[in-house]
Amino acid sequence: MGAIEKDLASKDSLSTLVRYENVTKRFGDIEVLKGVDLDIKPGEKVALIGPSGSGKTTIIRMLMTLEKPTSGVISMGGEPLWHKKSSSGKLVPADEKHLRRMRSDIGMVFQHFNLFPHMSILRNVTEAPIHVLGLSKEEARERAVDMLEKVGLGDKLDAYPEQLSGGQKQRVAIARAVVMRPKVMLFDEVTSALDPELVGEVLEVIKDLAKETDMAMILVTHEMDFARDVADRIVFLHDGQIEEQGTPQEVLENPSSERLQAFLSRFLRN
Amino acid sequence: MTWDWNFAIEVFPEIAGAIWLVIGITLGAYIVSLVFGLALTFARRSSFKPLALATYGFIEFVRSTPPLVQLFFVFFALPSIGISFDKYTAGILTLGIHYSTYLSEVYRSGIEAVPKGQWEAAKAMNFSKMQTWFKVILPQALPPVIPMMGNYLLVLFKETPILMAIGVGEFLQEAQLIGAANFKYLEPITIVGLLFLLLSYPSALLINKLEKRSKRGFRSTKKAVKEMNEFEELKG
Repeated sequence: MGAIEKDLASKDSLSTLVRYENVTKRFGDIEVLKGVDLDIKPGEKVALIGPSGSGKTTIIRMLMTLEKPTSGVISMGGEPLWHKKSSSGKLVPADEKHLRRMRSDIGMVFQHFNLFPHMSILRNVTEAPIHVLGLSKEEARERAVDMLEKVGLGDKLDAYPEQLSGGQKQRVAIARAVVMRPKVMLFDEVTSALDPELVGEVLEVIKDLAKETDMAMILVTHEMDFARDVADRIVFLHDGQIEEQGTPQEVLENPSSERLQAFLSRFLRN
Repeated sequence: MTWDWNFAIEVFPEIAGAIWLVIGITLGAYIVSLVFGLALTFARRSSFKPLALATYGFIEFVRSTPPLVQLFFVFFALPSIGISFDKYTAGILTLGIHYSTYLSEVYRSGIEAVPKGQWEAAKAMNFSKMQTWFKVILPQALPPVIPMMGNYLLVLFKETPILMAIGVGEFLQEAQLIGAANFKYLEPITIVGLLFLLLSYPSALLINKLEKRSKRGFRSTKKAVKEMNEFEELKG
């Protein structure tokens, strides 16, 4: 009996990479998330959609440890992210050391790129592998060049961020995050700050990446076609709660909730 | 009383002889203020509230009391509780710590101008606190405030005469001694003023020039790289 339970537990931790359990987030008087439960499997690609203010961005920012949940538990590979088990087995708030260890499995691409403007493109991508992962300069350079070529910027190694277009900057930002080989990659509305003609090149890079990698991805996006192409599962958020989720076909073609139907029709009209 | 050229020429080397001492004290105090100012900046931002609050209090206290009073305190009052310095160390520490409070404000303004996204990117790349400061934040926070930092070097330099109050033989002290010995103050004190002008003004020009050059230099390397890339593209 005990053995079976143990087996089930380990199976459970194998099949779930990221788990949100009744997670809430409050900024002052505003309750942004009102109890979210969400499981992400290793390698799974999940798109978060929903109107602005529905809390999609907050969900991934909490996983990147940029915001602290007000209540609830987020775990990563079976281990609580914001909490630590004390010697008595109780959950206590995590210290920076714990957060830093947990963060090594998580990567993020931001809406506004946030490249380091004082570093060349190559250094933007090699800096963390050298100083955080402890790779040698040669190894880091090799990995970075490889990654930058993959996103089509192998000829911009010595350029500076300000010399690149928005689409190019975002592709560098993707390379910079992926080169760390996280288990889950977070994409926060990565095309929202781009000129319309530059959106395609960035989405292509992510699509290719999604096809060939076994990293899990959580993508906050307003691009429905992109979500359909990339995601294994689409999660619709409304007013701080998960309203509906399922495969792209289920969610986009056969939405059951009225709110999702209204949301999608607004998108199709635009 | 008229200007006596012979007397002026005679005493000039004596007063100007203090030049290395003055420069040494200025640079020493400036280095103290640069380093201690950065420490104050970090301490004030500490998440350990008592430290942040104590630092804030210290900065306000030091900024709102005259450096001369602080100098007397360090040189004359501290020995009575068993802490004593020679006059040079006392002078360098007092001026250095006084100006560190101004420099910490300069650092602060530079740091606050760095966009929040840079902190978040550093966290997402899993940099440590130290790495975030020294690889991401300070390299962006400092260049824009270099002119302000240079300014405080000049202000600090002009503050060195207060050290005559504890007997440091800088320009004014030398001039004062010469004046008292000869009952002639016009020439020595004028020479002091001239020396300050001669040292300050070119330094101000130099700082201006460095500032422009560093801006231009940074841009021109980047521009050169850009042009090279365009050339490569044309070739390809």
